Amino acid sequence: MLAVLTFIVRRSLWTVVVMFVITVVVFFIFFKTPGVDPARALAGRDPSPQVLAEVRQQLGLNRPLWIQYGIMMKKIFITRNLVSYSDQGELIIPEIFAAAPITLSLVFGASVIWVVAAIVMGVAAARLRGTIYDPVLMILALIGLSTPVFWLGQVVILITQVKLHSSIFSWVQLGYTPLTQSPVKWFEGLIFPWITLSILYIGLYARVLRANLLEVQNEDYVRTARAKGLSERRVLLRHTLRTSMITFLSLFGLDFGALVGGGAILTEVVFGIHGVGFLTWESLTNLDLPTIMAVVIYGAFFIVLANALVDVAYAWIDPRVRPT
Amino acid sequence: MAAIAEQVSTTELRPAAAGRNPWALAWRRLRSNRIALAALGLFILIVVVCLAAPLYAHDLAHIGNPLSPNLNGTTVANGKVVPIMQEGGGILHLGETPIGPTWSLGHYFLGADGLGRDVASLVLYGGRASLQIGLASAVICCVVATVFALIAGFFGGLTDTILSRIMDIVWSFPVILLAICIATVLLTQPNGVKVGFLTIYATSLWVPTFIIALIYVPYVYRPVRGQVLSVVQKEFVEASIAQGASNFRLIFSEILPNVISTVIVLLPLITATNILTESALSYLSVGVQPPNVSWGTIIADGQDLLYTRPWVSLAPGIMIVLTVLALNVLGDGVRDALDPRAKLRVK
Repeated sequence: MLAVLTFIVRRSLWTVVVMFVITVVVFFIFFKTPGVDPARALAGRDPSPQVLAEVRQQLGLNRPLWIQYGIMMKKIFITRNLVSYSDQGELIIPEIFAAAPITLSLVFGASVIWVVAAIVMGVAAARLRGTIYDPVLMILALIGLSTPVFWLGQVVILITQVKLHSSIFSWVQLGYTPLTQSPVKWFEGLIFPWITLSILYIGLYARVLRANLLEVQNEDYVRTARAKGLSERRVLLRHTLRTSMITFLSLFGLDFGALVGGGAILTEVVFGIHGVGFLTWESLTNLDLPTIMAVVIYGAFFIVLANALVDVAYAWIDPRVRPT
Repeated sequence: MAAIAEQVSTTELRPAAAGRNPWALAWRRLRSNRIALAALGLFILIVVVCLAAPLYAHDLAHIGNPLSPNLNGTTVANGKVVPIMQEGGGILHLGETPIGPTWSLGHYFLGADGLGRDVASLVLYGGRASLQIGLASAVICCVVATVFALIAGFFGGLTDTILSRIMDIVWSFPVILLAICIATVLLTQPNGVKVGFLTIYATSLWVPTFIIALIYVPYVYRPVRGQVLSVVQKEFVEASIAQGASNFRLIFSEILPNVISTVIVLLPLITATNILTESALSYLSVGVQPPNVSWGTIIADGQDLLYTRPWVSLAPGIMIVLTVLALNVLGDGVRDALDPRAKLRVK
């Protein structure tokens, strides 16, 4: 128990260090890239001299470096009044928080689909080893891994909105409706983005799970389980699958964190779902750097936090990793 | 010796293979893997076809530079001369729509994009950019990561801690967001950014190349460093130290040859990932910049034409899937060939 607590404390301290370094790195990329004038970069496309002067004054660009950093962090985390110069001085942080539930809806639905589908596919491939179905399933998984998600999104739009919209897919209205407003519309609007986003992860997880299942199949405890007369089904559920799930779950934690922290941007852009990623993309097209900076910092924090949670959960389940 | 080799290789090799060097054995295993060879063939075919882009575009000499807009041009379809930008069309029959696929080589085979450019030659020229960025960034990434891994694993101690912690931090950055950060800062400087004696222009293909190479360094660094750590403790390294070999010699002639197979296994997989990342960045408008095109930028431009001229984005997407799939299958084959133990363990 003490070992776990020590691990949690050490891991939390490292998490804080990483978060601090990330803010410093982002600050340096935006403020100190050699040859880049931060006022010019942050003030949006073709800024007027007045705006430039205003940006310089507000961000304290004539003051020492550490004060510039302090002002920026204060604007992002404490007063939350960082404004976008390309977007009529709109407040950025509340905008990010308003977009977050939309991204969460997208990632949550997709993760349910990919976990279920990947387990079915991985277990099926491992059980059907030696038949033609195993390589076929694995090639399908590899195709899923090799398809760019934004292009897949376009193909899905083409099928559901153009080619077959008048027949079987007439009910599909792509877009986001809040769950609290209409659960049916929420589902109808997001089901295809969910599937699109999950294809890559189904391929990845099915491959990992299959390899893991085949690896533990030769372990002594699995042989013991068979030897004592357990049914194949029970061996699979209670012994092999259970061990393989440790890797599966830690991967899942990392990918879920990465998607919520900004990885879903491509799916959001192609389907026009106004989540955090879409916000980032809009700021890209306006070269609205304050928004990008804030989104990157918040996104990175989310990912670092997810990584830490996964490590702690892992240490809890598997005592061998604790000393790290 | 022969007995050991036979023991290891009964399932993989004929007895005659005993005593060959490991690279010959690996090549032999790869050659017997038909699927991996087919993937290699497909990848080489794609590279050759893309390199031959000027040959195809040569047939289009009448339209001039295939990458410049051609809004008022004409082409031949079904034996008739037709304008490239056609009035009406689409669902609302408004505005101009580029010509669709004519399926005739040299005459807008896959139709035109929103600027009246031939999609087929765009896909070929875009493929050159995509492949160049994917391969170059993979090589840069693997070289940088291997050098860091060798230094960290060989010297250990504080050097190892510092390098590994830096890698941990790069690792915990969201990949696409880090690339977006760097790219947008460069894009706000139309006259380029001066770093020392170098001037980097935002439109250069080297910008996405270096960004992508940088963000994947930790993914190669970690497994290679692990390998270095285990090789350093082997007897032959100790023997070499006893003979008075310099650190340089130890690293490059004793350790490197024993970890290079890990890098070679990772190379096709990293190339595949990098091509996907390049297309994603270009799709988000922070990768390849106009006037250059890549598969990603064509798909981004094709988004507006999706309802009327889907082939503009279908064609480059299919090319990406084929290329990345070939590289992934090849990567699996190379891994099986260089590291048969992984396979034996599964059996």
